[in-house]
Amino acid sequence: MVENRPWLTFFSHAILILGVVAVAFPLYVTFVASTLTLEQILAVPMPLLPGDQFITNYSQVLMAGSKTGSAAPVSTMMMNSLIMALMISVGKIAISIIASFAIVYFRFPLRNFFFWMIFVTLMLPVEVRIIPTFKVVADLGMLNSYAGLTVPLIASATATFLFRQFFLTIPEELAEAARIDGAGPLRFFVDVVLPLSKTSIAALFVIQFIYGWNQYLWPLLITSDESMYTTVIGIKRMIVGSDAANEWHLVMATAILALLPPALVVVLMQKWFVKGLVETEK
Amino acid sequence: MEKRVVFQSTWLPYALLAPQIAVTVVFFFWPAFQAVWFSFQLQDAFGLKTEFVGLQNFAELFRDSHYLESFKVTGLFSILVAGSGLAISLLLATMADRVLRGALAYKTLLIWPYAVAPAIAGVLWAFLFAPSIGIITYVLKGMGIDWNWIINGDQAMLLVVIASVWKQISYNFLFFLAGLQSIPKSLIEAAAIDGASPFRRFWTIVFPLLSPTTFFLLVVNIVYAFFDTFGVIDATTQGGPAQATQILVYKVYHDGVKSADIGGSSAQSVVLMLIVIALTVVQFRFVERKVNY
Repeated sequence: MVENRPWLTFFSHAILILGVVAVAFPLYVTFVASTLTLEQILAVPMPLLPGDQFITNYSQVLMAGSKTGSAAPVSTMMMNSLIMALMISVGKIAISIIASFAIVYFRFPLRNFFFWMIFVTLMLPVEVRIIPTFKVVADLGMLNSYAGLTVPLIASATATFLFRQFFLTIPEELAEAARIDGAGPLRFFVDVVLPLSKTSIAALFVIQFIYGWNQYLWPLLITSDESMYTTVIGIKRMIVGSDAANEWHLVMATAILALLPPALVVVLMQKWFVKGLVETEK
Repeated sequence: MEKRVVFQSTWLPYALLAPQIAVTVVFFFWPAFQAVWFSFQLQDAFGLKTEFVGLQNFAELFRDSHYLESFKVTGLFSILVAGSGLAISLLLATMADRVLRGALAYKTLLIWPYAVAPAIAGVLWAFLFAPSIGIITYVLKGMGIDWNWIINGDQAMLLVVIASVWKQISYNFLFFLAGLQSIPKSLIEAAAIDGASPFRRFWTIVFPLLSPTTFFLLVVNIVYAFFDTFGVIDATTQGGPAQATQILVYKVYHDGVKSADIGGSSAQSVVLMLIVIALTVVQFRFVERKVNY
């Protein structure tokens, strides 16, 4: 605080509160709608205070799914989302940490070539190569499988860069000492590099978990079997008409269930989240 | 920067790189190569025959008024998303940087939408704005505004912009806040002693010093509007009404997956790839400059 200006401070709080309310409003209405009956929602305007259908609606979507849209229970979808998010985040971290270790701690022919190969993938998001990637996955027989959902998404230039940047800051003396003590590269990796990378791994995990959980286009393309739907896809499949034809109370309950896990990760692991966000963009 | 101390092994580095390179080749390079290859070909409706047609797909693409229209829609959409997203987040970040009390609470309450999938963000806002039952629609009707984004293209555009901006504010806010906190307090204090008002200090000191962050966020937001908003659009307007919200990425999906026009869709993919490459180059030129500060 540079100087005391009570009116400006008041104004700042007012703007911030307005911002927080505007940001939270859709979430609040969604939550309210998820505790009402369909009739209450369709009565314009819908009530703005929570109703008494919380347990009914949530147990119906979790156990049975919706009637008009997809019939798969949301608990199955959440399990699929969880498996997908974990496989993507763990897989990404695993393959990129060893790749960057090779690039930083070894000199070998074609090293720069491989580095550039990984680098260029930044320029090829899934969205621009939809059809050919789909064909490759179909040819490999990976449609409607966890492997098909995750493997094409686990190559990541950003994670490799993050670890490379971090490894470059590890003091040379550590590697020197390890070599003098007769430790090989794998021993050095497991005993020195991995423990030092803990915070980077945690930060990256948070970001990649959210990325994996929220995937949309890719699961939309390669899952046709209801038992393989992720939660985000499930919602899309529940919306059949555009307006009053939907079972909005169930759609809204599913929406809350779809956004709760990643939102909790962001709020509870805020420190790692901010670190991960800032570092992956360096 | 390179390591002085390295390990020796003839096979180990290759083994460590193998998984990532394998995934990259199979799921990135091979499909990208195929996209380019398909874009020079014409397939008949049953996929039985393919014919090499050179640049014909591209020529047709740029004669197609729908495609040119989609460029315009994408341009307008990204300007609206990036412009309003940056303005709102900068305002909130400046205010959050000023207040002492409750700063952490505000931050927590503003960053959670980052965790919401774009498709879910679309559904939440589509529900609020639903033509017959939406709560905001009801308020707008009370004010005499007839709201129906299912038939009105401008309103559909507004809906997808609002949903996209809502989700992206948290990201911009965090980066702006970090940028604001790294500005030396002494500069601002000196200006305050010289009698500059808070408003003046913002425009003459804070905003120029923040320009690297702003530029970085501008590029990130444009990339976001180009690609990540696919979910918002598919869950709400699906490109309609009458292609009013059909951005380029959605058109690639629509033509390739729903209309099975492989050649045309691949040609569009190639055009998109060129746009991504241009954006990435811009971003990295900028990052290099930042490093040299």
